[in-house]
Amino acid sequence: MAATAPARSAVVQAEARLGLAEFLLTCDDLEECARRSLEWLAEYAGARAGACLAVDVEHTRLSLIASHGPGMPADFSVDLEDRAHPLVAAAFGRQAVTLTEQRGDRRTAVPLGRVPILAQPMYARVGRENVPGGLLVVSPPEANSALVEWVGSVLASPLVRLGRNRSLTEADRRIRRERTLLDAVPDPILLTDPEGRVLIANARAKALLVAGEGESEGRRRAVALNNMLFSSALAQTAIQEGGRRELLLVDPVEGSDLLFELLSTAAPDTREGTALVSILRNISDLRRASEEIEENYRRLRIAEAGLDLIIDSVADPILVTDPAGALVMMNAPAERLFSVRGSLVPEHGVRVQANDAHFSAFVSNLLFATEGERRRGEIGLVDPETGLPLPVEAISGKIFSEHGEVTAIVTVLHDRTEEIERARLYEELKRASALLEERVRQATSELVGQNELLRRQRIELEPASAAKSQFLANMSHEFRTPLNAILGYTSLLLQGVSGELGAQQERNLSRVDSNARHLLAIINDILDISRIEAGKMPLHVSSFPIPALVQEVLAELEPLIQRSKLSVRVETARKLRPISSDRAKVKQIVLNLVTNAIKFTPSGVVTVSARNDPAVKEVEIAVRDTGIGIKTEDHERVFEDFRQADNSPAREYGGAGLGLAICRRLASMMEGRVELQSAVGQGSTFTLTLPVRLRRR
Amino acid sequence: MPDKKAARGGPRDDRGALILVVDDFEDNREMYTQFLRFNGYRVAEAVDGLDALTKAAALRPDLIVMDLSLPRLDGWEATRRLKKDPLTSQIPVVALTGHALAGHEEGARNAGCDSFVTKPCIPADLEAEIRRVLAARPGARGGR
Repeated sequence: MAATAPARSAVVQAEARLGLAEFLLTCDDLEECARRSLEWLAEYAGARAGACLAVDVEHTRLSLIASHGPGMPADFSVDLEDRAHPLVAAAFGRQAVTLTEQRGDRRTAVPLGRVPILAQPMYARVGRENVPGGLLVVSPPEANSALVEWVGSVLASPLVRLGRNRSLTEADRRIRRERTLLDAVPDPILLTDPEGRVLIANARAKALLVAGEGESEGRRRAVALNNMLFSSALAQTAIQEGGRRELLLVDPVEGSDLLFELLSTAAPDTREGTALVSILRNISDLRRASEEIEENYRRLRIAEAGLDLIIDSVADPILVTDPAGALVMMNAPAERLFSVRGSLVPEHGVRVQANDAHFSAFVSNLLFATEGERRRGEIGLVDPETGLPLPVEAISGKIFSEHGEVTAIVTVLHDRTEEIERARLYEELKRASALLEERVRQATSELVGQNELLRRQRIELEPASAAKSQFLANMSHEFRTPLNAILGYTSLLLQGVSGELGAQQERNLSRVDSNARHLLAIINDILDISRIEAGKMPLHVSSFPIPALVQEVLAELEPLIQRSKLSVRVETARKLRPISSDRAKVKQIVLNLVTNAIKFTPSGVVTVSARNDPAVKEVEIAVRDTGIGIKTEDHERVFEDFRQADNSPAREYGGAGLGLAICRRLASMMEGRVELQSAVGQGSTFTLTLPVRLRRR
Repeated sequence: MPDKKAARGGPRDDRGALILVVDDFEDNREMYTQFLRFNGYRVAEAVDGLDALTKAAALRPDLIVMDLSLPRLDGWEATRRLKKDPLTSQIPVVALTGHALAGHEEGARNAGCDSFVTKPCIPADLEAEIRRVLAARPGARGGR
């Protein structure tokens, strides 16, 4: 057994060593390496307990990495400077030592040393140097020291390597955190070496002082300029010990000026040499703010002066009251109402007091009201100078401070005298208008009444008019019947139906005949006028040529013309178009005019002419004679009823004197007219003017 | 007799024609009758519309001179009846009225009058109108 045990143990040891060595080569976890090594020692080297301590990268401390077995602490660390410490001493020792508990010795406080322990130093080969990597501790000290030494030798290398890796990672992380912190500072922070070269710059500083690869030429120049400015500022700071300086830089992106306060502090560093920490505090905004404040203040002063003027220029009184109700300010119009200054009227003071009392009451109502920022109302003031009532509308508003306290009350008074007067006038106007309306209404109803009356009268008159027409018709018939007999029998006698007549008889009968005809003419004329006036003469419009009508008239008058021995001429324009009118009435007018011309012309010529005026669409039929003529003042009179020019009953020339009156009425019915041109001894021209086309009614 | 007149033809030959003069006013009736007889016409007289209808039917005159304002039966109605009766419808009627108002002539023509003459109308003028109307008769009156 004894013989085989060592043999077996040797084989097993060889395999176990290989396993551990492989593990340590490939494992990249420091603690895991240490723990496996301790477990291995417990299994193969008879170590009941063990611990692994490592020297940190900075060579400042010896710290516990892993522990195994009873009596071993979970955490332990000792300063390497403490060279007297048995563990530190052991770590730097040449070979393994056994540490025992020594009563009263401070060093026995080593928590690993309650029992005697074996401490194996570990050295790793880095380059040509043997670097102390840590300490391997096992108990009891009787454990296989050779195996412990071997484990120490294979563990040293990963211990140093992994320790360095870990510390690098940690340092990296720390640096990154610090960088983030630095970059988060809005002010540029720089670390520069004594020559002014930038060692560390935060993001803001970089933006100002470090040009990136792809920057534009403009930014590069700005950065170069900033560097120059910064360096010279640093140099001056160095000269003027601990001074604060203002530094004006250019924002490379914005191009605007940035004003900084430069704070520089020397940072002594034994290893790297003294560096300079510079903090730039941006005071551009501060400067701008102070400038703005100044400007605002200046403006405020101008505005204040202007405001006074403006307030004074307002015609309405303006008053400012403090929260206690005391008057703080008022404009000129307000002063007139609330100030006794320079007045000669004795009652002035009393009136001002009264005004003041009214005003104070109004304002205090607003002041003590918890709700509402405004108040509007009427105050019955008095004009201090005249004593006349001065009704005003007052509008008061609270002015609040930033903190919501009432700082003042502004009141504007508006004179309502005019308004009230206007309202009064408006009321009067309304009354007058109502009165007028009433009168118009009355007048209208009267008018309606009268219209109704007229309508009734017309209804009553219509039968009267019809009766008149009937009467005329009857009259005409009654006249005509005997006249018919007179004329008929006279003509019978004259024609010798009742036997031959003597010359005298015949002459007398001729007188009867002509007078009877005259009477008939008068009756016919009267009948015509009555019919025209009664509207009983209808128009019969047709189209007819004028020359034929003229010829017809002359043919009818042939006996008269023959007797007169006058020369009658006709002059009608060649291109005379037919006219639309009442042929019978036109003929009656022309007949009348030609008859007159012949009657009043002792000798000479009667000319009937016709022409149309296309411009005005009228036709003119003129009858010109070489007769006695008519005085200008009689020109209108010849158209009057029962008149002849000589103002005597128409005996000399025969006729009733109604012809022209009828002519004029007939012409008017046909929308035409009859006009006269004449002078005594120069003959007369009667002109009938008619529209070429008479509108049919 | 009518045949003899028709055979004579022409205005002058109508002087033997029988004219019925209807007028209620004796002076007028007498006057026209005198003048027409003086000028060779044969003349019958009627004093009102009914009388005119009776005489016209009995005598069948060549022409009727009809005053429109007549008692018992006025001229318009008498003319209408004459024109309705085939026996008398061919006889021309010359209306005679003292009313000069528009509507009288139209009413007369509507009643069937062939001609319209306004009073006062001297006998010579009436005779001229009678002559004109007789001459204007369509064709010969021989068949009647």
